[in-house]
Amino acid sequence: MCLAVPGRIIDIRKDDAESVGGRVGTVDFQGTRIEVSLAFTPEAQESDWVLVHAGFALNVLNEQEARETWQYLKMADVVDEIPASSCNQRAS
Amino acid sequence: MGILDCGFRIAESDKDKRTLLPTTSQAQTRPLVERIAALSDRTGPVQLMEVCGTHTVSLFRSGVKSLLPRSLRLVSGPGCPVCVTSQGYIDAACEAARRPGVIVCTYGDMVRVPGKAGSLEQQRASGAEVIVVYSARDAVKLAAERPDREVIFLAVGFETTAPATAAAVIEAESADLRNFSVLVGHKLVVPALSSLLSAGDVPIDGFLLPGHVSVVIGVQAYRPIVEIYRKACVVAGFEPERMLRGIVCLLEQIADNAPRLDNAYSVAVRDEGNPIARQWIERVFEPADTIWRAMGVIPKSGLALHERYQPFDALARFGLAIEADYDPPGCKCGEVIQGKLEPSACSLFGTQCTPAHPIGPCMVSSEGTCAAWYKYG
Repeated sequence: MCLAVPGRIIDIRKDDAESVGGRVGTVDFQGTRIEVSLAFTPEAQESDWVLVHAGFALNVLNEQEARETWQYLKMADVVDEIPASSCNQRAS
Repeated sequence: MGILDCGFRIAESDKDKRTLLPTTSQAQTRPLVERIAALSDRTGPVQLMEVCGTHTVSLFRSGVKSLLPRSLRLVSGPGCPVCVTSQGYIDAACEAARRPGVIVCTYGDMVRVPGKAGSLEQQRASGAEVIVVYSARDAVKLAAERPDREVIFLAVGFETTAPATAAAVIEAESADLRNFSVLVGHKLVVPALSSLLSAGDVPIDGFLLPGHVSVVIGVQAYRPIVEIYRKACVVAGFEPERMLRGIVCLLEQIADNAPRLDNAYSVAVRDEGNPIARQWIERVFEPADTIWRAMGVIPKSGLALHERYQPFDALARFGLAIEADYDPPGCKCGEVIQGKLEPSACSLFGTQCTPAHPIGPCMVSSEGTCAAWYKYG
Protein backbone atom coordinates (compact mmCIF):
# COMPACT_ATOMS: atom_id res chain seq x y z
CA MET A 1 0.00 0.00 0.00
CA CYS A 2 2.81 2.31 0.75
CA LEU A 3 5.89 1.29 -1.08
CA ALA A 4 9.16 2.45 0.37
CA VAL A 5 12.32 2.21 -1.72
CA PRO A 6 15.91 1.55 -0.61
CA GLY A 7 18.61 4.10 -1.37
CA ARG A 8 22.08 4.96 -0.08
CA ILE A 9 22.94 8.11 1.85
CA ILE A 10 25.61 10.12 0.03
CA ASP A 11 25.88 13.01 2.44
CA ILE A 12 24.15 14.43 5.48
CA ARG A 13 23.62 18.06 6.34
CA LYS A 14 21.56 20.32 8.52
CA ASP A 15 17.91 20.62 7.60
CA ASP A 16 16.89 24.19 6.80
CA ALA A 17 13.74 23.52 8.79
CA GLU A 18 15.07 22.79 12.25
CA SER A 19 11.55 21.93 13.38
CA VAL A 20 11.71 18.77 11.23
CA GLY A 21 14.34 16.80 13.05
CA GLY A 22 17.36 18.79 12.03
CA ARG A 23 18.99 16.51 9.41
CA VAL A 24 18.53 15.76 5.74
CA GLY A 25 20.54 13.49 3.49
CA THR A 26 21.17 13.19 -0.20
CA VAL A 27 20.01 9.68 -1.01
CA ASP A 28 21.12 7.92 -4.17
CA PHE A 29 18.62 5.62 -5.88
CA GLN A 30 20.88 3.97 -8.44
CA GLY A 31 21.83 7.26 -10.01
CA THR A 32 18.92 9.49 -9.10
CA ARG A 33 19.56 11.63 -6.06
CA ILE A 34 16.86 13.00 -3.80
CA GLU A 35 16.92 15.04 -0.64
CA VAL A 36 15.45 12.94 2.15
CA SER A 37 14.61 13.89 5.72
CA LEU A 38 16.34 11.81 8.39
CA ALA A 39 13.96 12.98 11.11
CA PHE A 40 12.74 9.43 11.81
CA THR A 41 16.17 7.78 11.59
CA PRO A 42 18.56 9.60 13.91
CA GLU A 43 20.86 6.57 13.74
CA ALA A 44 21.41 6.90 9.98
CA GLN A 45 24.96 7.76 8.88
CA GLU A 46 26.63 8.51 5.58
CA SER A 47 26.90 5.40 3.34
CA ASP A 48 24.02 3.71 5.15
CA TRP A 49 21.18 2.24 3.12
CA VAL A 50 17.78 3.54 4.12
CA LEU A 51 14.19 2.68 3.23
CA VAL A 52 12.59 5.87 1.92
CA HIS A 53 8.94 6.79 1.60
CA ALA A 54 7.54 10.16 0.56
CA GLY A 55 10.76 12.01 1.27
CA PHE A 56 11.48 10.46 4.67
CA ALA A 57 13.83 7.62 5.63
CA LEU A 58 11.84 5.11 7.67
CA ASN A 59 14.57 2.65 8.53
CA VAL A 60 18.24 1.76 8.09
CA LEU A 61 18.80 -1.41 6.07
CA ASN A 62 21.51 -3.99 5.65
CA GLU A 63 23.33 -3.28 2.36
CA GLN A 64 22.91 -6.70 0.81
CA GLU A 65 19.19 -6.80 1.56
CA ALA A 66 18.76 -3.29 0.23
CA ARG A 67 20.49 -4.17 -3.04
CA GLU A 68 18.38 -7.31 -3.45
CA THR A 69 15.21 -5.36 -2.81
CA TRP A 70 16.19 -2.70 -5.32
CA GLN A 71 17.03 -5.31 -7.96
CA TYR A 72 13.66 -6.97 -7.50
CA LEU A 73 11.77 -3.70 -7.69
CA LYS A 74 13.53 -2.90 -10.94
CA MET A 75 13.08 -6.41 -12.32
CA ALA A 76 9.39 -6.35 -11.58
CA ASP A 77 8.96 -2.85 -12.97
CA VAL A 78 7.55 -1.86 -9.59
CA VAL A 79 9.85 1.12 -9.56
CA ASP A 80 10.12 2.56 -13.00
CA GLU A 81 11.63 5.88 -12.14
CA ILE A 82 12.09 8.34 -9.37
CA PRO A 83 9.62 11.18 -9.79
CA ALA A 84 10.76 14.28 -11.57
CA SER A 85 11.55 17.17 -9.34
CA SER A 86 8.78 19.70 -9.07
CA CYS A 87 9.78 21.10 -5.72
CA ASN A 88 13.53 20.74 -5.39
CA GLN A 89 13.57 17.09 -4.37
CA ARG A 90 16.75 16.51 -6.32
CA ALA A 91 19.70 17.52 -4.31
CA SER A 92 22.00 17.35 -7.29
CA MET B 1 2.09 5.79 -15.91
CA GLY B 2 0.48 5.33 -12.60
CA ILE B 3 2.06 6.89 -9.59
CA LEU B 4 2.15 5.22 -6.24
CA ASP B 5 1.02 7.24 -3.31
CA CYS B 6 4.62 7.61 -2.30
CA GLY B 7 5.36 9.17 -5.63
CA PHE B 8 7.29 6.35 -7.25
CA ARG B 9 5.96 5.15 -10.53
CA ILE B 10 4.69 1.76 -11.55
CA ALA B 11 5.22 0.89 -15.17
CA GLU B 12 2.14 0.54 -17.33
CA SER B 13 2.39 -2.93 -18.71
CA ASP B 14 0.43 -4.76 -21.32
CA LYS B 15 -1.43 -7.87 -20.37
CA ASP B 16 1.03 -10.01 -22.26
CA LYS B 17 3.97 -8.58 -20.32
CA ARG B 18 3.55 -11.00 -17.44
CA THR B 19 6.83 -11.89 -15.84
CA LEU B 20 7.60 -15.18 -14.21
CA LEU B 21 10.44 -15.43 -11.79
CA PRO B 22 13.88 -15.27 -13.31
CA THR B 23 15.73 -18.58 -13.39
CA THR B 24 17.93 -17.74 -10.44
CA SER B 25 14.92 -16.92 -8.29
CA GLN B 26 13.12 -20.07 -9.37
CA ALA B 27 15.91 -22.14 -7.86
CA GLN B 28 15.49 -20.30 -4.56
CA THR B 29 11.73 -20.40 -4.57
CA ARG B 30 11.08 -23.96 -5.72
CA PRO B 31 11.48 -25.46 -2.22
CA LEU B 32 9.06 -22.85 -0.89
CA VAL B 33 6.50 -23.63 -3.60
CA GLU B 34 6.83 -27.34 -2.80
CA ARG B 35 6.43 -26.62 0.91
CA ILE B 36 3.26 -24.63 0.20
CA ALA B 37 1.85 -27.52 -1.84
CA ALA B 38 2.56 -29.97 0.98
CA LEU B 39 1.06 -27.69 3.62
CA SER B 40 -2.02 -27.10 1.47
CA ASP B 41 -2.64 -30.84 1.42
CA ARG B 42 -2.81 -30.65 5.21
CA THR B 43 -4.91 -27.52 5.53
CA GLY B 44 -7.44 -28.10 2.76
CA PRO B 45 -9.01 -25.00 1.17
CA VAL B 46 -7.64 -21.80 2.67
CA GLN B 47 -8.41 -18.15 2.02
CA LEU B 48 -5.69 -15.62 2.78
CA MET B 49 -5.95 -11.85 2.50
CA GLU B 50 -3.07 -9.80 1.17
CA VAL B 51 -3.74 -6.49 2.84
CA CYS B 52 -1.35 -4.36 0.86
CA GLY B 53 -1.91 -3.11 -2.68
CA THR B 54 1.77 -3.48 -3.47
CA HIS B 55 1.54 -7.15 -2.49
CA THR B 56 -1.41 -7.53 -4.87
CA VAL B 57 0.61 -6.11 -7.75
CA SER B 58 3.76 -8.03 -6.83
CA LEU B 59 1.95 -11.36 -6.48
CA PHE B 60 0.77 -11.00 -10.07
CA ARG B 61 3.84 -9.36 -11.51
CA SER B 62 6.29 -11.89 -10.11
CA GLY B 63 4.20 -14.85 -11.19
CA VAL B 64 3.87 -16.07 -7.58
CA LYS B 65 0.09 -16.19 -7.84
CA SER B 66 0.30 -18.70 -10.68
CA LEU B 67 2.55 -20.99 -8.61
CA LEU B 68 0.05 -21.51 -5.79
CA PRO B 69 -2.25 -24.51 -5.45
CA ARG B 70 -5.89 -24.05 -6.48
CA SER B 71 -7.06 -24.73 -2.94
CA LEU B 72 -5.17 -21.66 -1.73
CA ARG B 73 -7.09 -18.50 -2.49
CA LEU B 74 -5.64 -15.03 -2.06
CA VAL B 75 -8.06 -12.13 -1.80
CA SER B 76 -7.20 -8.45 -1.70
CA GLY B 77 -7.83 -6.33 1.35
CA PRO B 78 -8.35 -2.68 2.24
CA GLY B 79 -4.73 -1.74 1.69
CA CYS B 80 -4.65 0.58 -1.28
CA PRO B 81 -4.85 4.09 0.16
CA VAL B 82 -6.56 5.62 -2.84
CA CYS B 83 -9.06 2.74 -3.06
CA VAL B 84 -10.20 3.01 0.56
CA THR B 85 -10.65 6.78 0.35
CA SER B 86 -14.35 7.59 0.32
CA GLN B 87 -16.08 9.30 -2.58
CA GLY B 88 -17.01 12.08 -0.18
CA TYR B 89 -13.33 12.86 0.34
CA ILE B 90 -12.70 12.90 -3.43
CA ASP B 91 -15.61 15.32 -3.87
CA ALA B 92 -14.32 17.57 -1.05
CA ALA B 93 -10.86 17.62 -2.66
CA CYS B 94 -12.36 18.57 -6.03
CA GLU B 95 -14.46 21.26 -4.36
CA ALA B 96 -11.33 22.63 -2.69
CA ALA B 97 -9.52 22.71 -6.03
CA ARG B 98 -12.31 24.80 -7.54
CA ARG B 99 -12.01 27.50 -4.89
CA PRO B 100 -10.32 30.65 -6.19
CA GLY B 101 -6.73 31.18 -5.08
CA VAL B 102 -6.24 27.55 -4.04
CA ILE B 103 -3.49 25.15 -5.07
CA VAL B 104 -4.20 21.50 -4.26
CA CYS B 105 -1.10 19.34 -3.75
CA THR B 106 -1.58 15.60 -3.96
CA TYR B 107 0.13 12.26 -4.37
CA GLY B 108 -0.23 11.16 -7.97
CA ASP B 109 -2.78 8.37 -7.86
CA MET B 110 -5.47 10.64 -6.46
CA VAL B 111 -5.75 12.85 -9.52
CA ARG B 112 -7.67 10.43 -11.72
CA VAL B 113 -10.27 9.14 -9.26
CA PRO B 114 -13.67 10.25 -10.59
CA GLY B 115 -15.97 12.12 -8.22
CA LYS B 116 -19.43 13.61 -8.64
CA ALA B 117 -18.06 16.58 -10.51
CA GLY B 118 -15.19 14.82 -12.22
CA SER B 119 -11.68 14.05 -11.04
CA LEU B 120 -8.92 16.35 -9.81
CA GLU B 121 -7.38 15.95 -13.26
CA GLN B 122 -10.57 17.30 -14.76
CA GLN B 123 -10.62 20.20 -12.31
CA ARG B 124 -7.11 20.99 -13.48
CA ALA B 125 -8.23 20.87 -17.12
CA SER B 126 -10.91 23.41 -16.15
CA GLY B 127 -8.32 25.78 -14.75
CA ALA B 128 -7.83 24.61 -11.17
CA GLU B 129 -4.27 24.39 -9.83
CA VAL B 130 -3.62 20.75 -8.91
CA ILE B 131 0.01 19.76 -8.40
CA VAL B 132 1.42 16.28 -7.88
CA VAL B 133 4.05 16.20 -5.16
CA TYR B 134 6.45 13.54 -3.95
CA SER B 135 6.36 14.55 -0.31
CA ALA B 136 4.12 16.55 2.00
CA ARG B 137 7.11 18.81 2.59
CA ASP B 138 7.01 19.84 -1.07
CA ALA B 139 3.58 21.31 -0.40
CA VAL B 140 4.99 23.27 2.53
CA LYS B 141 7.79 24.62 0.32
CA LEU B 142 5.22 25.64 -2.26
CA ALA B 143 3.19 27.47 0.39
CA ALA B 144 6.33 29.41 1.36
CA GLU B 145 7.03 30.28 -2.27
CA ARG B 146 3.44 31.27 -3.05
CA PRO B 147 2.10 33.44 -0.24
CA ASP B 148 -0.55 34.67 -2.68
CA ARG B 149 -2.14 31.20 -2.75
CA GLU B 150 -3.76 28.86 -0.26
CA VAL B 151 -1.97 25.50 -0.51
CA ILE B 152 -4.01 22.45 0.50
CA PHE B 153 -2.23 19.10 0.85
CA LEU B 154 -4.35 15.96 0.38
CA ALA B 155 -3.16 13.89 3.33
CA VAL B 156 -4.15 10.34 2.42
CA GLY B 157 -2.42 7.05 3.10
CA PHE B 158 -1.76 4.76 6.01
CA GLU B 159 0.76 4.86 8.83
CA THR B 160 3.65 4.84 6.35
CA THR B 161 2.63 8.23 5.04
CA ALA B 162 1.12 9.90 8.10
CA PRO B 163 4.48 10.74 9.75
CA ALA B 164 5.43 12.80 6.68
CA THR B 165 2.18 14.76 6.96
CA ALA B 166 2.84 15.33 10.66
CA ALA B 167 6.31 16.67 9.90
CA ALA B 168 4.86 18.97 7.22
CA VAL B 169 2.32 20.43 9.66
CA ILE B 170 5.03 21.02 12.26
CA GLU B 171 7.23 22.67 9.62
CA ALA B 172 4.37 24.92 8.49
CA GLU B 173 3.59 25.92 12.07
CA SER B 174 7.22 26.65 12.80
CA ALA B 175 7.50 28.82 9.68
CA ASP B 176 4.18 30.50 10.50
CA LEU B 177 2.78 29.55 7.10
CA ARG B 178 -0.85 30.52 7.40
CA ASN B 179 -1.60 29.64 3.77
CA PHE B 180 -0.91 25.91 4.27
CA SER B 181 -3.52 23.37 5.31
CA VAL B 182 -4.21 19.64 5.07
CA LEU B 183 -7.32 17.73 4.06
CA VAL B 184 -6.86 14.80 6.40
CA GLY B 185 -7.85 11.38 5.07
CA HIS B 186 -5.27 9.19 6.79
CA LYS B 187 -6.34 5.68 7.70
CA LEU B 188 -5.08 3.10 10.21
CA VAL B 189 -4.65 -0.52 9.18
CA VAL B 190 -5.40 -2.54 12.30
CA PRO B 191 -8.87 -1.04 13.02
CA ALA B 192 -9.87 -1.80 9.42
CA LEU B 193 -8.80 -5.44 9.71
CA SER B 194 -10.63 -5.71 13.04
CA SER B 195 -13.74 -4.25 11.43
CA LEU B 196 -13.59 -6.73 8.56
CA LEU B 197 -13.26 -9.63 10.98
CA SER B 198 -16.04 -8.32 13.25
CA ALA B 199 -18.40 -8.08 10.28
CA GLY B 200 -17.56 -11.72 9.62
CA ASP B 201 -18.93 -11.86 6.09
CA VAL B 202 -15.61 -12.67 4.43
CA PRO B 203 -13.97 -15.92 5.49
CA ILE B 204 -10.30 -15.17 6.14
CA ASP B 205 -7.90 -17.76 7.54
CA GLY B 206 -4.86 -15.53 7.64
CA PHE B 207 -3.33 -12.19 6.72
CA LEU B 208 -0.28 -11.40 4.63
CA LEU B 209 0.40 -8.13 6.41
CA PRO B 210 1.85 -5.04 4.76
CA GLY B 211 5.62 -4.66 4.80
CA HIS B 212 6.12 -0.94 4.85
CA VAL B 213 3.22 0.08 7.08
CA SER B 214 4.73 -2.39 9.51
CA VAL B 215 8.09 -0.62 9.34
CA VAL B 216 6.29 2.17 11.22
CA ILE B 217 3.72 0.39 13.39
CA GLY B 218 5.77 -2.75 14.11
CA VAL B 219 4.76 -6.38 14.31
CA GLN B 220 3.24 -6.11 17.77
CA ALA B 221 0.53 -3.72 16.52
CA TYR B 222 -1.27 -6.70 14.99
CA ARG B 223 -1.53 -8.61 18.24
CA PRO B 224 -5.33 -8.08 18.50
CA ILE B 225 -5.80 -9.89 15.19
CA VAL B 226 -4.22 -12.98 16.70
CA GLU B 227 -5.45 -12.70 20.27
CA ILE B 228 -9.04 -11.59 19.66
CA TYR B 229 -9.78 -13.07 16.25
CA ARG B 230 -7.30 -15.97 16.27
CA LYS B 231 -6.16 -15.42 12.72
CA ALA B 232 -2.79 -16.41 11.29
CA CYS B 233 -0.60 -13.37 10.69
CA VAL B 234 2.69 -12.71 8.95
CA VAL B 235 4.45 -9.50 7.96
CA ALA B 236 5.98 -10.03 4.54
CA GLY B 237 8.20 -8.21 2.09
CA PHE B 238 7.45 -7.76 -1.59
CA GLU B 239 10.05 -9.91 -3.31
CA PRO B 240 8.83 -13.33 -4.58
CA GLU B 241 10.86 -15.29 -2.06
CA ARG B 242 9.67 -13.11 0.83
CA MET B 243 6.02 -13.39 -0.19
CA LEU B 244 6.33 -17.17 -0.53
CA ARG B 245 8.02 -17.39 2.88
CA GLY B 246 5.14 -15.39 4.29
CA ILE B 247 2.61 -17.78 2.78
CA VAL B 248 4.53 -20.76 4.21
CA CYS B 249 4.37 -19.14 7.67
CA LEU B 250 0.61 -18.66 7.36
CA LEU B 251 -0.04 -22.21 6.19
CA GLU B 252 2.09 -23.63 9.00
CA GLN B 253 0.05 -21.68 11.54
CA ILE B 254 -3.21 -22.79 9.97
CA ALA B 255 -2.12 -26.44 9.65
CA ASP B 256 -1.14 -26.48 13.32
CA ASN B 257 -4.20 -24.48 14.36
CA ALA B 258 -1.77 -22.19 16.16
CA PRO B 259 -2.26 -18.61 15.02
CA ARG B 260 0.60 -16.29 15.90
CA LEU B 261 2.45 -13.22 14.69
CA ASP B 262 5.30 -14.09 12.36
CA ASN B 263 7.74 -11.66 10.85
CA ALA B 264 9.05 -12.79 7.48
CA TYR B 265 10.47 -9.33 6.78
CA SER B 266 12.72 -8.85 9.78
CA VAL B 267 15.39 -7.13 7.68
CA ALA B 268 13.14 -4.06 7.53
CA VAL B 269 10.48 -4.53 10.18
CA ARG B 270 11.15 -4.53 13.90
CA ASP B 271 8.79 -5.76 16.59
CA GLU B 272 8.34 -2.24 17.86
CA GLY B 273 8.34 -0.59 14.41
CA ASN B 274 9.73 2.93 14.25
CA PRO B 275 8.72 4.61 17.54
CA ILE B 276 10.12 7.97 16.41
CA ALA B 277 7.89 8.07 13.34
CA ARG B 278 4.92 7.15 15.52
CA GLN B 279 5.80 9.91 17.99
CA TRP B 280 5.55 12.40 15.13
CA ILE B 281 2.09 11.07 14.28
CA GLU B 282 1.03 11.29 17.92
CA ARG B 283 2.39 14.82 18.25
CA VAL B 284 0.11 16.15 15.50
CA PHE B 285 -2.79 13.72 15.27
CA GLU B 286 -5.17 11.78 17.46
CA PRO B 287 -7.18 8.70 16.49
CA ALA B 288 -10.59 9.56 15.08
CA ASP B 289 -13.59 7.87 13.53
CA THR B 290 -13.34 8.00 9.77
CA ILE B 291 -15.28 6.97 6.69
CA TRP B 292 -13.88 4.17 4.51
CA ARG B 293 -15.10 3.38 1.05
CA ALA B 294 -18.00 0.94 1.37
CA MET B 295 -17.00 0.00 4.92
CA GLY B 296 -18.65 3.05 6.47
CA VAL B 297 -17.45 4.79 9.59
CA ILE B 298 -14.98 2.66 11.52
CA PRO B 299 -14.30 3.87 15.08
CA LYS B 300 -10.81 5.25 15.70
CA SER B 301 -9.61 4.08 12.29
CA GLY B 302 -8.32 7.43 11.10
CA LEU B 303 -6.47 10.50 12.26
CA ALA B 304 -7.62 14.01 13.14
CA LEU B 305 -5.47 17.03 13.95
CA HIS B 306 -4.95 17.80 17.63
CA GLU B 307 -6.61 20.99 18.79
CA ARG B 308 -3.32 22.88 18.60
CA TYR B 309 -3.07 22.16 14.87
CA GLN B 310 -6.71 22.86 14.00
CA PRO B 311 -5.68 26.04 12.13
CA PHE B 312 -4.18 23.70 9.52
CA ASP B 313 -7.45 21.83 8.97
CA ALA B 314 -8.60 22.51 5.40
CA LEU B 315 -12.15 21.36 6.13
CA ALA B 316 -12.66 24.06 8.73
CA ARG B 317 -10.68 26.75 6.93
CA PHE B 318 -12.65 26.39 3.70
CA GLY B 319 -16.01 25.29 5.09
CA LEU B 320 -15.71 21.94 3.31
CA ALA B 321 -17.49 18.76 4.34
CA ILE B 322 -16.79 15.10 3.62
CA GLU B 323 -20.26 13.88 2.68
CA ALA B 324 -21.55 10.34 3.00
CA ASP B 325 -19.83 7.73 0.89
CA TYR B 326 -21.46 6.35 -2.26
CA ASP B 327 -20.50 4.00 -5.06
CA PRO B 328 -20.20 5.25 -8.62
CA PRO B 329 -23.10 3.57 -10.49
CA GLY B 330 -22.33 -0.10 -11.07
CA CYS B 331 -18.92 0.12 -9.41
CA LYS B 332 -17.97 -2.77 -7.12
CA CYS B 333 -14.71 -1.35 -5.74
CA GLY B 334 -16.23 -1.35 -2.25
CA GLU B 335 -16.65 -5.12 -2.38
CA VAL B 336 -13.27 -5.66 -4.01
CA ILE B 337 -11.37 -3.90 -1.22
CA GLN B 338 -13.05 -6.08 1.38
CA GLY B 339 -12.18 -9.32 -0.39
CA LYS B 340 -15.86 -10.00 -1.11
CA LEU B 341 -15.55 -9.93 -4.87
CA GLU B 342 -12.89 -10.52 -7.47
CA PRO B 343 -12.63 -7.79 -10.11
CA SER B 344 -13.67 -10.11 -12.92
CA ALA B 345 -17.07 -10.50 -11.23
CA CYS B 346 -17.79 -6.78 -11.71
CA SER B 347 -19.81 -6.16 -14.86
CA LEU B 348 -17.86 -2.97 -15.58
CA PHE B 349 -14.42 -4.60 -15.30
CA GLY B 350 -12.48 -4.48 -18.54
CA THR B 351 -15.46 -3.13 -20.48
CA GLN B 352 -16.64 0.29 -19.30
CA CYS B 353 -13.94 0.41 -16.60
CA THR B 354 -10.33 0.20 -17.81
CA PRO B 355 -7.08 1.90 -16.77
CA ALA B 356 -7.58 4.39 -19.61
CA HIS B 357 -11.16 5.13 -18.54
CA PRO B 358 -11.48 4.14 -14.88
CA ILE B 359 -14.81 4.31 -13.10
CA GLY B 360 -13.66 3.22 -9.65
CA PRO B 361 -10.45 3.85 -7.70
CA CYS B 362 -9.30 0.22 -7.81
CA MET B 363 -8.81 0.66 -11.56
CA VAL B 364 -7.17 4.08 -11.14
CA SER B 365 -4.53 3.32 -8.58
CA SER B 366 -1.34 1.56 -9.57
CA GLU B 367 -1.83 -0.38 -6.35
CA GLY B 368 -5.49 -1.11 -7.08
CA THR B 369 -6.70 -4.68 -7.33
CA CYS B 370 -8.65 -4.05 -10.52
CA ALA B 371 -5.67 -2.42 -12.22
CA ALA B 372 -3.48 -5.39 -11.23
CA TRP B 373 -6.04 -7.88 -12.55
CA TYR B 374 -6.43 -5.93 -15.76
CA LYS B 375 -2.70 -5.75 -16.40
CA TYR B 376 -1.60 -9.17 -15.23
CA GLY B 377 -4.64 -11.31 -14.48
